[in-house]
Amino acid sequence: MAKNNQQDSKNLIDWVDARFPLSSNLKAHVTEYYAPKNFNFWYFFGALATLILVLQILTGIFLTMNYKPDAALAFASVEYIMRDVSWGRLIRYMHSTGASMFFVVIYLHMFRGLMYGSYKTPRELIWLFGVGIFLVLMGEAFFGYLLPWGQMSYWGAQVIINLFTSIPFIGPDISLWLRGDYTVSDATLNRFFAFHVIALPLVLLGLVVSHLIALHEVGSNNPDGVEIKKHKDPKTHIPLDGIPFHPYYTVKDLMGVSVFLIVFSAIIFFAPEMGGYFLEANNFIPADPLKTPAHIAPVWYFTPYYSILRAVPPIFNSQFPGVAAMGLSVVIFAFLPWLDRSPVRSIRYRGSLYKKWLAAFVLSFIVLGYLGTEPSNVWGQFASSTPLIGGADRATIVARFFSLVYFSFFALMPWYTKKDKTKPVPERVTA
Amino acid sequence: MKTKILLVLALLLPLMAIANEGVKLERAPIDPNNQASLQRGAKTFVNYCLNCHSAAYMRYNRLQDIGLTDEQIKSNLMFAGEKVGDTMTVSMPKADAKAWFGVTPPDLSVEARARGADWLYSYLRGFYRDDTRPTGWNNVVYEKVAMPHVLWSLQGEQILKIDEKTDTHHLVLEKQGAMTPAEYDATIADLVNYLVFMAEPFKERDKNLGLLVLAFLGLMFVLTYYLKKEFWKDIH
Repeated sequence: MAKNNQQDSKNLIDWVDARFPLSSNLKAHVTEYYAPKNFNFWYFFGALATLILVLQILTGIFLTMNYKPDAALAFASVEYIMRDVSWGRLIRYMHSTGASMFFVVIYLHMFRGLMYGSYKTPRELIWLFGVGIFLVLMGEAFFGYLLPWGQMSYWGAQVIINLFTSIPFIGPDISLWLRGDYTVSDATLNRFFAFHVIALPLVLLGLVVSHLIALHEVGSNNPDGVEIKKHKDPKTHIPLDGIPFHPYYTVKDLMGVSVFLIVFSAIIFFAPEMGGYFLEANNFIPADPLKTPAHIAPVWYFTPYYSILRAVPPIFNSQFPGVAAMGLSVVIFAFLPWLDRSPVRSIRYRGSLYKKWLAAFVLSFIVLGYLGTEPSNVWGQFASSTPLIGGADRATIVARFFSLVYFSFFALMPWYTKKDKTKPVPERVTA
Repeated sequence: MKTKILLVLALLLPLMAIANEGVKLERAPIDPNNQASLQRGAKTFVNYCLNCHSAAYMRYNRLQDIGLTDEQIKSNLMFAGEKVGDTMTVSMPKADAKAWFGVTPPDLSVEARARGADWLYSYLRGFYRDDTRPTGWNNVVYEKVAMPHVLWSLQGEQILKIDEKTDTHHLVLEKQGAMTPAEYDATIADLVNYLVFMAEPFKERDKNLGLLVLAFLGLMFVLTYYLKKEFWKDIH
């Protein structure tokens, strides 16, 4: 009987394989995709990002079944989901927590790339697709945040769309075109809904697939930054330091997924607002175009860039330099493969210069991120007798300093990576 | 007696100093698992708040979650012939409300999530007499608020004392209402407890589910940990 079953399923697979490359694709991408055996903690986040993507799409589908993209109904429909839809509250919290956790995971995933030089030749395209994913994800988060139609949704969107107004000459028309009205309104909500549930998810999926195809073409980097393809078994042509993704990394990632889900569930059940960082208190007040909240802050994952926007002083009464700096602070990641001139990939074999700059960059990212959540007078002002900066907001000056550090990490990279004293890289991966 | 009350109030309220936004709030002594308190709060809510303020996302029969039967809800908390599955709406037209108060009283369904329990607790105890205001009332937490002191017959009348030497403000109970300050504070605590419940009715119940989910995931972690170890034992 068992033999018959086996025979039957083999026949079925043969039937499919004759018509669709099922087995060969499974082999190429899963069972015979050879990944370096020395992946560490930092290599969980790619798989986790995929998991969250799936979660967001699934929970999103169920939310759309009850959400109403209408300025008069949106806020109430979210509360309807929270109260009257079976398990609606948990689906909604999974989605809102998923948004923040997506950025947590993506930031850690990007930091992994910075540490181990994963963007260096021949992985530039993987990195570029990744930057694309990051940009689209930011758009996705921004459009989605308008949908609950609370005060922070409304005024956050108002502020961000108005940023485009500062672009010389064409700015006001661009803002109007994005909004579809002279203020954020029902028309804006409707188009943001369309972008959030279909336009950007499609682009996102396309980019994720491209990211993975590019990865599987050149093979994964690893904490040592050595090419495992350089040393293959002469007979089987399998990399000596490679192990098949399945079952080794599928079981390992399953373990990572368990830990992630523990953290994720703890937030959903016990702290879905995460102290106001994941869900802001002001967003429980319905959007009111006539009442501007005293303090408008973006959600935490945007705050480093928001800080940079605020830190750049206006020039000739134009906010454009700040807006341009903010845009650059995000897009600049795309240039990394060409800014880094170090002969080695991994931080393990780089000199102290790169380590110091990376630490300074992480510090500036965190400080800017914190300051972006607070009003700029949070630390008070310098005494008026202080030369040059007397009377200025302390937080603004600090934000300016760290914005400079942030951009210097990239701008000076060609210089310090070249000058850095590197250590010899081993031929094979270390344990 | 009266001086004692004044003294207690003076000790309790010195932190309610007025600043433009950074008013020091008092911690609301609420317990989301105390059903008696939640029921008392619901009673205060439907009697005093639910005339001007709606709670349009809250259904009456959700009060089953605080230990009431449909019968009890109908006979004690519903006055206008609504059905028990209806939401807590008010009959006052929005336009009239705006004309009378200058602003439409906000819906209170999720007010506790917007303001926080401590804000509500301090606000509802922060009304004082102010003849310069159209309603005759002002509030230390929400300056120039349009809402009159609806609970004045319970609390009585407070006045604001300004100490110019230390530049601080504090409230003094000048005329006591139907309740002692302690009774009034307890009533407000119950009301705030209810408002917090109403803003997220499933919160406490879901915490129990959360523990089960975490226990399951903990087990899953142990299993996947040993599964991984078993698979990886030949990899060196």
